[in-house]
Amino acid sequence: MLKRELAPQGGFSFENCQRNTSLERVLPELRAPNARKTGTTIAGLVFRDGVILGADTRATNDSVVADKNCEKIHFIAPKIYCCGAGVAADTEMTTRMASSNMELHALSTGREPRVATVTRMLRQTLFRYRGHVGASLIVGGVDVKGPQLYSVHPHGSYSRLPFAALGSGQDAAMAMLEDRFQPNMTLEDAQGLLVEAITAGILGDLGSGGSVDACVITGTGAKLLRTLSSPTEPIKRGERYHFAPGTTPVLTQMVKPLTLELLEETVQTMEVE
Amino acid sequence: MNARGLGSQLKDSIPVTELSASGPFESHDLLRKGFSCVKNELLPSHPLELSEKNFQLNQDKMNFSTLRNIQGLFAPLKLQMEFKAVQQVQRLPFLPSSNLSLDILRGSDETLAFEDILNDPAQSEIMGEPHCMVEHKLGLL
Repeated sequence: MLKRELAPQGGFSFENCQRNTSLERVLPELRAPNARKTGTTIAGLVFRDGVILGADTRATNDSVVADKNCEKIHFIAPKIYCCGAGVAADTEMTTRMASSNMELHALSTGREPRVATVTRMLRQTLFRYRGHVGASLIVGGVDVKGPQLYSVHPHGSYSRLPFAALGSGQDAAMAMLEDRFQPNMTLEDAQGLLVEAITAGILGDLGSGGSVDACVITGTGAKLLRTLSSPTEPIKRGERYHFAPGTTPVLTQMVKPLTLELLEETVQTMEVE
Repeated sequence: MNARGLGSQLKDSIPVTELSASGPFESHDLLRKGFSCVKNELLPSHPLELSEKNFQLNQDKMNFSTLRNIQGLFAPLKLQMEFKAVQQVQRLPFLPSSNLSLDILRGSDETLAFEDILNDPAQSEIMGEPHCMVEHKLGLL
């Protein structure tokens, strides 16, 4: 039997880490490419009949917008959805794995999946990788215990809250939510508040932009509302900046001749290479 | 044997071993490992490298220890006996084994982790040298 430590394992391979660190040490101007982050505003709140989640749609690569209309609300179970902020690939793969695991778990137990189970699975995965998997998630859904909303951070901590916001635009969105949240709101009020919160993030944070996506989850099912609102109009660039004479009124005019004396004249040839 | 036995198998450094028998006789692999340095061979190159390498072992240790505290000594003993029995059924050393019974015993046949998605050993592009590995298993090498 092959000794256990020599048996090939799946999962992450750290083969190139040494090489990368020695390359960065030897060639100081070389830097490894940065992962694409979502630079996000995501928010969620619990209302009377269920949970509503919202997100913007911009994905950034350092300071360049990589995707103007990406989907940040991921499916986990028919009545559980998850918004992801942080490194785009990490949130995508983590939520897809959580969704598959929940399906297997539900088939194995024969029961409907619960939001607390999803949160625990996500927490345990993220804690295993000590925050190197950069995924901040807001998990919301309705199960037998009612509507629930959890926010999970990259190192594995979580909070159960009536409203939550994460991402680079969380301050703007949280300010809006803190100000206007009421328990037991109706769907229209909750949707309006959520759109306002995400819009605050889009307008106030450079990393968030695009349009507002939302997902309404109630006891009967979930509805994904893509591009619910577009707070930012595309900028119309002027074609020509030409002003007719007389656009600016002339108030007064004073002419003063300057007497100049030519002192020295030199010619210098310019080298064009 | 109790959970103490598992602890002796934990690795606290990453040995630079290859699966092919020409490993000990080859010179330093510059492309894959970078410039040779004693520090690189003793210390892990990434904070997660050690914890990931020992992850399954640590999980088993923790589970057996909890089981021993709850149900007494015999429960983990019996389970470890079943683990050892099931690990005897393998394909030839240079071929990937499915380890299906081991997965079922561990409960990982119903979960997906990064081990199942990334770097699946069944699809690895390198294979150990068949003759040398079989001879090593039989103790002839």
